Amino acid sequence: MLRILRTGFFTSLQDRGRFHYRHFGVPVSGAMDQIALDRANALLENDPDAAALEITMQGPELEFTEPTFIVLSGASLEARLGEDPLEMNRVYPVAAGAVLTCGHVMEGLRTYISVKGGFLSEPILGSRSQYYPVTSERSLLKGSTLPYEACEEFSPKLLKVSSPGYFKEQELRVFPGPDFELLTERQLQQLFETEFSVSKEHDRMACQITPSIEGIGTNIITSATLPGTVQLTPAGTLIILMRDGQTTGGYPRILQLDSHSLDLMGQKRFGDRIRFRRA
Amino acid sequence: MKSPPFQIKPYGPDALLLEWPKKVDLDILMDILSFQQYLSKNHLAGDAWEFVPVYHSLTVINRTGEAEMEAIAQRLPEWYRSCPEHGGLKTTRWELPVCYEAPFGLDLANTAQRLKITPEALVEMHSGRDYRVYGIGFLPGFLYLGGIPEALQIPRREEPRLKVPRGSVGLAGLQTGVYPQESPGGWHIIGNCPVPLFDAHKDPPCLVSPGDQIRFRSVSKGEYELHKLEGEVGIYNYKKGSSHAQDS
Repeated sequence: MLRILRTGFFTSLQDRGRFHYRHFGVPVSGAMDQIALDRANALLENDPDAAALEITMQGPELEFTEPTFIVLSGASLEARLGEDPLEMNRVYPVAAGAVLTCGHVMEGLRTYISVKGGFLSEPILGSRSQYYPVTSERSLLKGSTLPYEACEEFSPKLLKVSSPGYFKEQELRVFPGPDFELLTERQLQQLFETEFSVSKEHDRMACQITPSIEGIGTNIITSATLPGTVQLTPAGTLIILMRDGQTTGGYPRILQLDSHSLDLMGQKRFGDRIRFRRA
Repeated sequence: MKSPPFQIKPYGPDALLLEWPKKVDLDILMDILSFQQYLSKNHLAGDAWEFVPVYHSLTVINRTGEAEMEAIAQRLPEWYRSCPEHGGLKTTRWELPVCYEAPFGLDLANTAQRLKITPEALVEMHSGRDYRVYGIGFLPGFLYLGGIPEALQIPRREEPRLKVPRGSVGLAGLQTGVYPQESPGGWHIIGNCPVPLFDAHKDPPCLVSPGDQIRFRSVSKGEYELHKLEGEVGIYNYKKGSSHAQDS
């Protein structure tokens, strides 16, 4: 099993998400950057639904009590297995008792650590993704453990892939949201001609961007929201709902990100620049 | 030939929003729920599809990233026409205990005063009727309830509380409801419901479905403690309002 010696800033277990419970108010959750999760699972030849650790900003220190193989993907970070520095997007064997020490995330925001076969916590409502109160904790606690199956023999078909390098992209491809028609000419111009930046208010639920634009006074009757929905408040604040975002809301839904742009947003940090472009 | 009463709006590459006339209306809700049931059994069946009905809208979501949503949008009116009216839709009436006494009804006295009624009248009015579940969202197991009498409509608190205890029963505008977990909140808190509405270790995790009815029953502190225990042990009878059979 995996023992969490240090948690880092915010480390949680995530898979591709929890589906079929949104009508009970349960968010989808899942990896914020699913492209990165998919790469790690592909290199380890795992089921694409296998769960991995999602690290934010500052990585954890982890002890592996059983032999396995690991891949680090997503945002690049400093990491050592024992004394050896690790590269991103590359398969490494891990001996029983080895300690993985992670430092700061250098480019992007979120890094994934996958093991051969994935982490095997008990799925809850069809997913291992941590989301409180569906799971008892929202992130991994110091001293806690996660099970995985020991693996000594594995010859990967591909040892490493190059880094995808999309973290620097600034353009978000967007479709009109269901309340797009409420926008005026002036708001449209502001939306598509402004360079926005990611505010301090960003987490797994939502990401606010600045500056604000002209607001929409009209309230809508509460209706469904999705990961990647962009809401506009009466005060003109733009909110991008992320993977843990609430399933319903009352602010007009003016835009909808495509899935690549939602993954990209999962790698954006405070102060990063973004622009909207019609898909 | 019945023509569809909803507008179809694109909602990104993987979803569609079906929007009925903008009002909170029982016939609309029932129409939405029966169409959802029909779609999920016939044309949009299987693991790839999810539906979120709330108030006057139904959102249809595909998780594969490969569905031709435009083609589906074109066929929806025809599917609606072949959907039997309110066919076989079953709804359930649930009874939830609420203790309106101190220390639970944090804002009861103040709210009653602002509504120019006595606290007793407020409790009687709040508990003496059925509320319809118009959807579940915001938090896991949070019910959007309709059917608040005009005499109980009050604007939200000016200062939201940072922590509203789990089970708190709130009142704000056209809405009343139960906070399924501790969270920040701007509603007036008039009582507390001791039995859980959401349990992630059960499937489905929420007993209540959109379309169901909720009635609150005013209970004493003693009954509150008993129902809390029943809720924890898992023997509270949500249909009868007690673990003990009252009818035979």
